[in-house]
Amino acid sequence: MNEPPVIEMRGIGKSFPAVRALHDVSFTCHKGEVHALCGENGAGKSTLIKILSGVYRPDGGEVLIDGATQHFRHPQDALLAGISVIYQEFSLLPERTVAQNLFLGREPLKLGLIDSKAMEAETRRVLGLFGIRHRIEPDTLVADLDVASQQMVEIAKAISLNAKVIVMDEPTAALNEAECEVLFALVDQLRSAGTAIIYITHRMREVTRLANRVTVIKDGEIAASFDHVPAPETIVRAMVGRDISEFYPVPARPQDIGPTMLTVSGGGNHALRDIDLELRAGEIVGLAGLQGAGRTPLAMAIFGAAPFTRGSMTLDGTTVALTSPRDAIRAGIGMLPGDRKAEALVLMQSVRDNGMLTSRSFAGPLGGHKANRFTDLAGMNALLDRMKVRAPSYEQEMRFLSGGNQQKAIVARWLALKPKLLIFVEPTRGIDVDAKASIYHLMRDLARAGTAVLMVSSDLPEVVGVSDRILVMREGRIVGSFGRSATEAELMLAATGETEVAA
Amino acid sequence: MSDAPFTAPKRFRFERHASAILLLSAIALYVALVLMLGQTRFLTLDNLVAILGRSITLGITAIGQTFAILIGSIDLSVASVISASAVVTSVVMNGDPSMMLPAVLAVLALGALIGLVNGLVISRLEVNPLIATLGMSLIIQGVLSYYYNNFAGNVPVEFQVFAYGAVGIVPFSLVFMFVLAGCAWFILRFTRFGSDVYSVGGNKDAARLAGIKTARVVIGAHVICSLCAAIAGIYLASRLRSGAPWIGAEGVYDLESIAVVVIGGTVLAGGRGGIWGTMAGVIIFSLIDSIFNVAGVDAFVKQVLRGIIIVAAVAFYAVRSRRLVA
Amino acid sequence: MSAQSLPQAPTQRRLPRINPVYVLVAALIIAIVVMNPAFGEPTGYMNYLKRVAALAILSAGALYVIVSGGFDLSVGSIMTLTVIGSSMLASNDPNSTYWIIPLMLGIGAVVGLINGLVVSYLKVPSLIATLGMMISLNGVAFMWSGGAPRGYLPDTFRFFGRYNITDIPLITLLPIAVICLVGFGLLLWWGMHRTNFGRMLHAVGDNPQAARLAGVPVERVRISAFVVSALTAVLAGVILGGRAGVSVDIGSGFELQAITAAVIGGAQLLGGRGSVPATIAGALALEAIFTLLNLLGLAQPVRLVVQGLILIGAVALATYQRKRAGQ
Repeated sequence: MNEPPVIEMRGIGKSFPAVRALHDVSFTCHKGEVHALCGENGAGKSTLIKILSGVYRPDGGEVLIDGATQHFRHPQDALLAGISVIYQEFSLLPERTVAQNLFLGREPLKLGLIDSKAMEAETRRVLGLFGIRHRIEPDTLVADLDVASQQMVEIAKAISLNAKVIVMDEPTAALNEAECEVLFALVDQLRSAGTAIIYITHRMREVTRLANRVTVIKDGEIAASFDHVPAPETIVRAMVGRDISEFYPVPARPQDIGPTMLTVSGGGNHALRDIDLELRAGEIVGLAGLQGAGRTPLAMAIFGAAPFTRGSMTLDGTTVALTSPRDAIRAGIGMLPGDRKAEALVLMQSVRDNGMLTSRSFAGPLGGHKANRFTDLAGMNALLDRMKVRAPSYEQEMRFLSGGNQQKAIVARWLALKPKLLIFVEPTRGIDVDAKASIYHLMRDLARAGTAVLMVSSDLPEVVGVSDRILVMREGRIVGSFGRSATEAELMLAATGETEVAA
Repeated sequence: MSDAPFTAPKRFRFERHASAILLLSAIALYVALVLMLGQTRFLTLDNLVAILGRSITLGITAIGQTFAILIGSIDLSVASVISASAVVTSVVMNGDPSMMLPAVLAVLALGALIGLVNGLVISRLEVNPLIATLGMSLIIQGVLSYYYNNFAGNVPVEFQVFAYGAVGIVPFSLVFMFVLAGCAWFILRFTRFGSDVYSVGGNKDAARLAGIKTARVVIGAHVICSLCAAIAGIYLASRLRSGAPWIGAEGVYDLESIAVVVIGGTVLAGGRGGIWGTMAGVIIFSLIDSIFNVAGVDAFVKQVLRGIIIVAAVAFYAVRSRRLVA
Repeated sequence: MSAQSLPQAPTQRRLPRINPVYVLVAALIIAIVVMNPAFGEPTGYMNYLKRVAALAILSAGALYVIVSGGFDLSVGSIMTLTVIGSSMLASNDPNSTYWIIPLMLGIGAVVGLINGLVVSYLKVPSLIATLGMMISLNGVAFMWSGGAPRGYLPDTFRFFGRYNITDIPLITLLPIAVICLVGFGLLLWWGMHRTNFGRMLHAVGDNPQAARLAGVPVERVRISAFVVSALTAVLAGVILGGRAGVSVDIGSGFELQAITAAVIGGAQLLGGRGSVPATIAGALALEAIFTLLNLLGLAQPVRLVVQGLILIGAVALATYQRKRAGQ
């Protein structure tokens, strides 16, 4: 490649108040090239994309397009410069047609009025690139399309904007086999048309199939960069290789594992089927699988937030039918949701109020807020101390704390109730390394004190490092059960149902 | 990133046709009641035209309210604007036919100004639309009540043709309302502004990212809304032959215009719906009103039922959503 | 490697920040006293407090719904219904007060319950649900009185709003309304700031989904907020009717005044933040502004204009401050 790359990032750095997301990241992509970007959760990929698309401004370094330095002040600038990002959360308007979405904000005009014919013709042309098999009509409402088609529309939008660079962030997350093939064919076409494609994925199969070059990002820095496509093991090793021995706590010894706390038999609802599982006191069970496999639905079903409609569940020996979070909490189950900001934190309340929320909800409503049958203010302070929540005072509003400290405060919320089973969903998402370690140790301490722990996580090293036992889900069912000695590769295999090695 | 699997938006089918279903039901109910009570005189064409005629003010207001709700906002100042517009119209005209045009222009300018202020307060000061328009309503009421506390001014006979004139058997005002609806539909369907209205209402952030100047769209929608309310006030002045500061509130045009828009299938969150749905909603409300008349319901009881029906209409659409609403 | 510093946490948290509303009330009172020294006499300020009692209690109750994330626009009509209904039922029998007031409270509780159920289970936005209720209740008041209220309120009823205890050292007179204000004010303060319910209320307004997953019975909390709001509206109606007598639109406009008072006091309209004492202070401020307008010889409609400007201004200011603090 002798000509300058279409897009180049030089020495990019970006920090947030509690965490340094990117440090000295340099990266290029050329015309007609697919450059795969691999990294685990929290490695910095999404921050990198947001800088590319103009949503964030880098603290240091620069972005160059065709050799010229760019200063994006608004995502619109990036779009105009020729960068299109296909996010996992679509930016489509469901109540508008495909054509209307494609031309959002730039509808062609004839005599001052919208030229629907031109819009339709151009939409057809772009959609035609997908081949006849995938028939999407320009006047279909996006809401009536299935997820895969919606993704196609997103990509079509990028193409119609004559993007020089298309960034795809885990594009196959919601696609099935056949749909993936269509996507790969499209990527090939885009490549031969000269588009530079930055393809973010953790699925090695796709890297092997599509990429020209591979870069691995880890903990905010470039861990490895290859001019060809190396063997998957090499890539995976670059993604995860770190000294993990001190990072994860000691596993459970056989005598730590106590009686069965929870059993589910034949559990199912609209998202799950044939769920049979058993959780024991003192044991940390990890729940792994790809996005959409049904892990969060399973957690929500056990917690009563999206209950089972078939099958039965017992808790500590008694049969239970949990149809609301209140039922579950009363029975002795707690859950830390995956999306802290939307589902767990009451941001305008103090740290202590967040901690006391659940215990107060189960004491009498007219009871004094200072003390209830679960704990009192002093007791909560002690719990927060034990969790090592760092805040100038526990009266501080929750929104000022870092992610890790927020998470620890939420754990304190549940500890006050001494649950029999505690479910963690993505416990270390958005948390820096030090806080992660302390949360793992917290989970181990909990287990040792006799609680059953279920951990849902997309972070494979975390699943392997922390769990005593691992369950893998796929398409709403539990498809595999592994012990501590499982490798990430085996788990990935079960999660994807592939016969090739995956990360 | 949630683990959300297989979604199938089946219930969409119903919601899209709900307004048509409701309209047919209302018509059926009306016809059934009339036949049951043996009051077949209510089924004449004249009478049907009269039914619609009673709802002109509401209909014109609702056309404007549709724009406000489509962008995800709302306008609770329309009742005050109607009052102010009616009073100013009749005061400026003051029985003088040569003042008809200046009065109309003045009122339209007033309406546009109010809409502009509403739009600015909502988009630039980022004040909740409820509060912004409720506050504006108070201000308008205050200013109006300061100068007038009764019917004021006089609408010349020549202008009363607006309310009382007819094109054949169809009242001129009815024709006017449908022409206005047609223009509004045209704007929404064929202009970029109209497209932007849906985009901003559907997903404001996506619209902004795509380069749409969302503030301008918000202001434009509110200007249209207040203009329509002003026109409704002009019509009302023409019909009552004068204007008073309470006629807007008396007609409960604020809540009813919202209800009519929602019944017509436009979603309160914005992004979906349209003018013809609103017109269907107006017809439904007229029919309900007429059903009360045919059944001889007391005026006060009508008011009690009105409140219940409005809430029921919104609930009909809202109950299917799983959002945690406040 | 990573910085442990907390984002934008204000460092000068040693002194508790005083809510500007108290400063505002003080400033306004001083202005009034300057313009009209008679205000500084017990007859002056006690009458002012008597005037504001109904609004203050009403606002404190409406705050419950605001903190939970909604609006209750039906409170004015509940006040009207209380006054009209009581006068229709009483027909000047002094003993009737003892069963009329509990009856009205019962009706208020039912209205609040209906409001709460419609919002929580029928998913109708509280704005629309309570506006509809307002229209219906006004209609009921019309129906009940036939458009012209008959009968009038007995003295036992008007005791709360009108009677003053006299010959008290230092302050000369103490209106019963002021005692009610203090009493109910304390009760409402306790409910909002000292009970588990109050904490749950704040959580529901701030993040209903998080509250639900933390085990808060969200629907029950919301419905209770509406019931509290309606009950305080009945109490405010009793006091108002006592002071001002019966008229067909006596409660009209109070719902917006209550919201204005809450906003002046710093409540957040989307829920999650609000204080009873500050809201009561907001009511005091609003009434002080009205008093000032009267002293300046400005007519009644000016009140409406001022109120509208305050409402918009207070919310705009709050939004601006929030954005500056980086929320």
